[in-house]
Amino acid sequence: MAVESAHFPDLKAVPHVDQVGVEERAQRFQKRSIKGPTKLSALKLAVTMLDITTLEGRDSQGKVRQMCAKAIHPLPEDPSVGPAAAVCVYPRLVRVAREAVGDSGVKVASVATAFPSGQSRLKERLAEISFAVGEGAGEIDMVISRGKFLRGEFRLIFDEIARCKEACGAAHLKVILETGELTTYDNVRRASELAMAAGADFIKTSTGKVSPAATLPVTLVMLEAIRDFHERTGRKVGMKPAGGISNAKLAIQYLVMLKETLGPDWLSNERFRFGASSLTNDLLMQIRKQQTGRYQSADYFTKD
Amino acid sequence: MSRITVSKTYKLYIGGKFPRTESGRYYKLKGRSGKLLADVSRGSRKDLREAVVAARKALPGWANATAYLRGQILYRVAEMLEGRASQFVDELVAQGSTSAAARKEVTAAVDLWVHYAGWSDKFQAVFSSVNPVASPHFNFSRPEETGVVGAIAPESSGLLGLSSVLAPIMVGGNSAVVLASRKRPLCAITLAEVLNSSDVPGGVVNLLTGFADELLPHMAGHMDVNSILLCSEDAKACKAARELASENVKRVVLRDDAPLEEDPYEILAFQEIKTTWHPVGV
Repeated sequence: MAVESAHFPDLKAVPHVDQVGVEERAQRFQKRSIKGPTKLSALKLAVTMLDITTLEGRDSQGKVRQMCAKAIHPLPEDPSVGPAAAVCVYPRLVRVAREAVGDSGVKVASVATAFPSGQSRLKERLAEISFAVGEGAGEIDMVISRGKFLRGEFRLIFDEIARCKEACGAAHLKVILETGELTTYDNVRRASELAMAAGADFIKTSTGKVSPAATLPVTLVMLEAIRDFHERTGRKVGMKPAGGISNAKLAIQYLVMLKETLGPDWLSNERFRFGASSLTNDLLMQIRKQQTGRYQSADYFTKD
Repeated sequence: MSRITVSKTYKLYIGGKFPRTESGRYYKLKGRSGKLLADVSRGSRKDLREAVVAARKALPGWANATAYLRGQILYRVAEMLEGRASQFVDELVAQGSTSAAARKEVTAAVDLWVHYAGWSDKFQAVFSSVNPVASPHFNFSRPEETGVVGAIAPESSGLLGLSSVLAPIMVGGNSAVVLASRKRPLCAITLAEVLNSSDVPGGVVNLLTGFADELLPHMAGHMDVNSILLCSEDAKACKAARELASENVKRVVLRDDAPLEEDPYEILAFQEIKTTWHPVGV
């Protein structure tokens, strides 16, 4: 979508979120029984939706290469599993990741815009995006200025996102709302509307550096915003819950919620991602469990 | 006015908590006269799975605790057991023992815990060795914990059998997932209450009740269990378990359906020997 056509949304028309209702609805998604072949295909789908992430001060080139190898062949003995959707790294490591994934189909995502706080001038944030895109990042995960958002400077947030989208060029833009800092579902809904209207390709819950990170209710609020936005404009925005999704069972609950809220169109890594680092191994262990009937041990799966 | 009896619900012991079985199943335990003693939880493979997760989580803390602390905790178990002796006697009698035999069994169990508490800071010294080698190395071997141990406790002995399985596993720094006797499960859950109030960290011991023929294959096949102990004389079941255990080279320990002897070699059964070659200069 071209940035020129971005219009500031009518925030008065944004519906209020029924907190109790959303939480209860989200709880119901946890009670579905997914078994056997359905479970196996859900697990395999979840692997292909992974943004395998490392965002630590101690990240090294070696770790990123290792992670890329895992993203390409998550389960080396079983080529039907994976590859993961993308690897997500800091801008300085984008080039290493780009070379490591090659033409495997795994995308390279980079966080940018003074991740995770977003506390620097717009000029520097835009420069960081340009740098990451120049290094070969196909996807940019930006953070919004939560402080400004909470002060009610919605227009400024909208403009910043639009400028970031512009700086991304052909790269996809994921907008991190950092829902843990937005405090209410109403704020999450409003921020989702702003981000989508300003041109986000994906909206993402969290940086993973703030607790609480992704939860089922907050993701549901964002999915409903995506659904309404699609009905209004016809544009399909993607969703990426990140942080706190550490086991396969929870991942399947997210998929159930996704399917029942947005329908099968969103059940692909073009429109849905999991931002996670520890989820990968649990998915792989559960897949092995489904295939062999044996409960698995972390001792037999690579750590990175 | 007659009082409504308050009877205990016998549940499982997993990760320091007393959950009901996730399956919702139970089996009826009847006493000698045919009187219903309890609806005992019939643990499922998912309960076993949760128990192994809890045991794995608790393992590093327990294995790295000092020998003195482990010894004190085991002695504390003996103290608590002694204080609740009459409750155990009542349960054993209800499950078919004579009262003299029940008292004898409880006393033996208390003594067994004291026995292994004493071994805590000694077995490593006894089983370690400094080995002669033909190179300038200081070469020594010492036992270390095997890891998560799955055990099928003796069917024929409710308290002493279970204690004789647990104590040597625990004192060696392992965590345990134990299936209690099917016909004598009451003492197992009461023993769990004793462990719970003796500063045994949650997850170090996990007790399940249920059917061995249902749970043993899952225990033996579980990749995250490092060793299994089978107190059973069912040769067919033992063979099947050994085959399943071979997948991740579990240490398989086979014993008769009777309480294990008080013997430091039972501690050694759940230890791995680590040998270190340390270069020595002039």
